[in-house]
Formats: sequence, structure tokens, C-alpha cells
Amino acid sequence: MAPAWIALGLSLKVALWATAIDLVAGVAVGYALARTRFPGRELVDSVLLLPMVLPPTVLGYYLLVVIGRRGWLGHWLESQFGIHLIFTWQGAVIAAAVVAFPFVCKSARAAFEDVDTSYEQAARVLGLDAGAVFFRVTLPLAWRGILAGVLLAFARALGEFGATLMVAGSIPGKTQTLSIAVYEAVQAGQDDLANTLVLITSITCVAVLVAAGRLAPTRIPGRS
Amino acid sequence: MSWDVAIRKTIGSGSQRFDLDVSFKSEAERLVLFGPSGAGKSLTLKAIGGLLRPDSGRVQVGGSLLFDAVRGIDMPAEKRKLGYLFQEYALFPHLTVRQNVAFSVRKGWRNPPRDLADAEVDRTLAALELADLADRYPDQLSGGQRQRTALARALRSAPRALLLDEPFAALDASLRRRLRAELVELQARVGIPMLLITHDDEDVAAFANDVVQIEGGTVRTRAISSPAVVPVSQA
Repeated sequence: MAPAWIALGLSLKVALWATAIDLVAGVAVGYALARTRFPGRELVDSVLLLPMVLPPTVLGYYLLVVIGRRGWLGHWLESQFGIHLIFTWQGAVIAAAVVAFPFVCKSARAAFEDVDTSYEQAARVLGLDAGAVFFRVTLPLAWRGILAGVLLAFARALGEFGATLMVAGSIPGKTQTLSIAVYEAVQAGQDDLANTLVLITSITCVAVLVAAGRLAPTRIPGRS
Repeated sequence: MSWDVAIRKTIGSGSQRFDLDVSFKSEAERLVLFGPSGAGKSLTLKAIGGLLRPDSGRVQVGGSLLFDAVRGIDMPAEKRKLGYLFQEYALFPHLTVRQNVAFSVRKGWRNPPRDLADAEVDRTLAALELADLADRYPDQLSGGQRQRTALARALRSAPRALLLDEPFAALDASLRRRLRAELVELQARVGIPMLLITHDDEDVAAFANDVVQIEGGTVRTRAISSPAVVPVSQA
């Protein structure tokens, strides 16, 4: 298989895993921020948004400090389970997930805050426990806003470059994603390959946006 | 059917502080808590329904103790078996009329399907003249249809009593008159005791067997109105 397609497959794999992780974590954290009151809530919110504003290289450095071989988490993972994350595609997933996390978390929080609590109270007095209320009322009503954040997160993860390069490096066929492959091709003067990669990236992004438009209902009944 | 409520609750602090101290007993089938807005009626209703935890006191409905601060009893809202009609009805906007009415049939993590077969839901829809509207969404309903849907949803959960929060406030005057009469008729038909809160004395005249007047967070006066008087002439 041509290197360009391998890079595309790897990019999609990394971005999908990162988005899946962000979906679960971002919805959980966004819900907690929207529905609970605790001191320092806004500080937590600001810290969680940091990946949006910090240079990706700085994020990559932080990740190396945490999950690197001598990092506290990385050391523990290696000694307990023999897991290495640096220079692996799983490391690239973590880098992309961290970078894209604020998109899901922020939109999930806003979407949950938009859900009128009287719907949740109505569901409770009808006999539902907290879990059922969340999955039958809160989540369906917030879903549209969350989905918008998820799609942005996927696009951001797909285009991730800086943090991924620092954490996972640029190993062709293993951690060299599309955006990194473009950089390498230009550096090496392989203009034909760069052209192909750029074209594939652009078409992929358009395809994602079109699919997103189809996926998201234009109008959820009852929601103007 | 008996209502036995004695609750205290302090909300906010400083100049925003509001002290609720409400107690009343009644045997009425159609009880009205009457008072101006901001009097504490909604807080009282929420406390009875389990949506607001009083600081102290007790709530007993029809012989069941739902809350007792001294004995440490605080039954969660989902276990109280009380129907609750919210002011703006709080119909689930993502579900059809049928799904809204069938909402309490399943307690799991998935909503009832649009075509759920349930004889009791069909009977409730028919009783409230909603059968033809079953596949509509709440934003496709008129104000009166929304209220009937909310009533049907509450009744399908087989509540021991129904709590109604300003049920006519969102409606225009002519519809309000008609629905008052409908609600009295419905109460007589289903036989479920109702507790209604309102700031409108016409609601009291049309609906109440018994009135508890609330002002500034406390019960002002108790006046027993005649249960026999049910003005239907306004309808």
C-alpha cells in the first residue's frame, strides 16, 4: 500500500480513538461542570480549556513529563504492565485526545446547561432514577450541542501535529500521521508525495464535514 | 385522602433570605394553595413532591410518610408516586405525545418506542381526547392539548395524588375557563386527589374544596369553602 494511504489510515485510526475517548470523558466532565456546584469550579474549567490555547509543543512536553519513561504515570505503567506509550500509535491517540478534549467538554457543558432542569424533575417524579433520567432526557436534549463539539474534536484530532510529533515521533507506518507525513515530505523535497498527501487530507476533511451534515439532524422535533 | 404538611426551609441569605414556614392539614379532594407570586407556594409544592428538601418538618400524603426530618425519612421524588404538573408542563420535546404519556411505563435507560403497545396508555390517551394527536410532538400542540398531555402523562404513572403548579397561568382567558371545568370533571372521574397552587382567585372559586392561603412564606388564614359549590356556569 502506498505510504500516503497508510498515513491516512493511521490518521483516521488515531483520530477516531481520540474522539471516542473525548466523547466519554468530555460528556462526563461537561455534565459534572454543568450540574454540580463546588469551589474552584471555574478554575477547573479554565485548566481543562488549556489545551485550546497552549502551544501543542508545550502540551507535548507536559505529556512526556507525565507518560514518558521517567514520568510518574509512564514509569508506573511500564513497571506494572510493561506498557510503553512513547513512540507508539497509542501515544499519538493520547496526544490527540488531550488536544481535542476541550472541544467536547466545552460544548457538552454548554449543551447540558441549556437543558431546562424541569424536564429532569418531570422525569424523576415519573419514577426514574438518576441514570435513567440522564440517558432518556438530559442526553437526548443535549445531544445536538455535544455532537457539534465531537465533530470539531474529530477534525482537530485529525489535524494534530505538534503534540503528536513530540510524544509519538514520526515513524512511517507506525506513528506518522497525514499531517506529519506532509511535513516530512516537504522537508525531504518530495513535492509529488506532498501534493498527494495534501489532496487526500483536504478530501478527507470535506468528506467528514459532508458526513457530519448528513449525520446531524437538521431539526430535532420539538427543539427550535 | 389527607394532606398533612408542616415544613420549614430557608433559602438564600442576607437581603435575599426567604423563610418558608408552612403547615396545613386537609382532607379535601381538591385542595388549593392560594397566594401572590413569591409567597412560597411553588417551594411548598416542590417540597411535597420531593424536588426540594426542607430543613425540618414532615410531609404526609394519604397516610404515607414521605418526609420526616426528626425520623430521618426523605423518600426520593421517584418513589413518592405523586403526579406533578409543571407550570409550563415540561413535556419532553424529543418524544411524541404517546411516548410522553407512556414515559413512566418503563423505568429503564431507554425511552418507550413510538409505537409502544400498552392498553393503559391507549385508555389514558382516549380519556383525555389525545388519541388523534398521539404521534405529534409537543411543539405541534396547542396550549390546551399540552396541558391534557401533561395530565395524561401524570395519570398514567398511577399517582396517589396530583400536584399542579399554576396549571392555567400559561393559557389565555377563554381557554382557562374551559380547562378549569375540565379539570374539575377529570378529578371527579379519576378520583385522584389534587393539590393545586395558584395566584388567581378564579381558580380557587372554580376548583377548590378547601383553600390554604399563603403569604410571605407562611399560612395566613384557613377558610373552608363549601365542597358542594362547583361553578360550571363559567364554562
